[in-house]
Amino acid sequence: MELKNATFWGYKRPNGRIGVRNHVVILPVDDLSNAAAQAVENNVKGTMALPHPYGRLQFGADLDLHFRTLIGTGSNPNVAAVVVICIEEEWAKKVADGIRASGKPVAHFGIEQHGDHDTIMRASKAAREFLQAASELRREERPLKDLWVSTKCGESDTTSGCGANPTVGNAFDKLYPHGVTLVFGETTELTGGEHLVAARCRNDEVRKKFQFVFDRYQQVIDRHKTSDLMDSQPTKGNIAGGLTTIEEKALGNIQKIGRKCVVDGVLDKAETPTGPGLWFMDSSSAAAEMVTLCAAAGYAVHFFPTGQGNVIGNPILPVIKLCANPRTVRTMSEHIDVDVTGLLRKELTPDQAGDKLLECLFRTANGRLTAAEALGHREFVLTRLYESA
Amino acid sequence: MAAIQYVFFALEGREAARLLDNAAMIHFVVHEEGDGVGVVVVEGVKSGQHLTGWIMEDDKDVEVVAKSDIPIGHKVALKDYREGDTVIKYGVDIGRVVKPIGKGEHLHVHNVKTKRW
Repeated sequence: MELKNATFWGYKRPNGRIGVRNHVVILPVDDLSNAAAQAVENNVKGTMALPHPYGRLQFGADLDLHFRTLIGTGSNPNVAAVVVICIEEEWAKKVADGIRASGKPVAHFGIEQHGDHDTIMRASKAAREFLQAASELRREERPLKDLWVSTKCGESDTTSGCGANPTVGNAFDKLYPHGVTLVFGETTELTGGEHLVAARCRNDEVRKKFQFVFDRYQQVIDRHKTSDLMDSQPTKGNIAGGLTTIEEKALGNIQKIGRKCVVDGVLDKAETPTGPGLWFMDSSSAAAEMVTLCAAAGYAVHFFPTGQGNVIGNPILPVIKLCANPRTVRTMSEHIDVDVTGLLRKELTPDQAGDKLLECLFRTANGRLTAAEALGHREFVLTRLYESA
Repeated sequence: MAAIQYVFFALEGREAARLLDNAAMIHFVVHEEGDGVGVVVVEGVKSGQHLTGWIMEDDKDVEVVAKSDIPIGHKVALKDYREGDTVIKYGVDIGRVVKPIGKGEHLHVHNVKTKRW
């Protein structure tokens, strides 16, 4: 596929970032605010609440990550406007101000001294105005370089490593030279192939940073493990699909970064990259956690290769699923956006499979709903670093 | 080859085409030459079945006779392994053998373990 003059149609946000969706989000800062947020979603049809179980008595780096993830989610270019609700108004304002830096409309509300009813009423009025304003925004034609694409695989099996993941790799190799901003992660799921990623780092500084976050995560595993992690990493599903060890899983995983892309930098969880290229994000390998972190970092579309059939979606980031396992495509077709089973029958070349995925990328970016969006998969899962205070 | 041609001429068109398809069918894939395992990519592989493999990186064919029933996505050993041997896939170490494995047998968590963790 010739991508030199490729364009897509997206929503230009005040900070210059381009979104491919136009959500009005009702964002609770903590668990206590979920009920009010969901009531606002119910009052104002077309808005979307993002309930989650955290936000109380977190502290230190864990709290920083909580705020960074919420602010990043609200700032994502797929979001047109945000209503922030928190039990305490001060933290509602903190998150709202973080999102306001992106220039988009934001309103915030505290529940204390108001109660749910009054909060829901005030927040619903703001949400209704935001939704109607967002509905008048129009897509404009933008160069490919304005698109940010993330990847993470899940419920992988051996067909992931020889079919679906190399297809993402082929697409990444084609997107990379055009200045697209890309990311992969899953720190522990590189175990056994970390030397291959290290060898792909742009320079020693990036390599050192990568090795540092990789080693740190290994120490976490060593500190807490009670076995060789069998059934967790690889998962039961991975094992059912034929993956035997973490090393085998990792080597399949790494196929997603193709053969030509260079790892240009290392990101902390939910950290926004500072330029185009391929970034590595230090992250969990749990699907919904990782995709939520990608959305919070500002990514607009996600490639999700699966083998045994992960059904994941994300509320604000369209998740494109591809699969090379013929049994999964047959039994779970409603979840699969791109069928690359032909690769393993020699009916499809890796180049053709990559193009097929890219074609789906453009259609999705231009507005076509993914299978996960159509099925209502909105997994929004915040990463925690340790216990609350 | 002579046998296949005989079958082709002896049968009606559609049936012959099906058999020829079968002859060209890939039952397992191997990432690169030197890997000690193949990944079964069809359903219902039975012990005793003659399997055709495709070495993807080198675009070559390889054959093995299955010595176990092997589910789709699972691995077939392409050589004999002794306890303590290393299994190579993608040209890289993917674990250690904990029970002897014969060529053509199912290679998985019952006879191979991680070397990490």
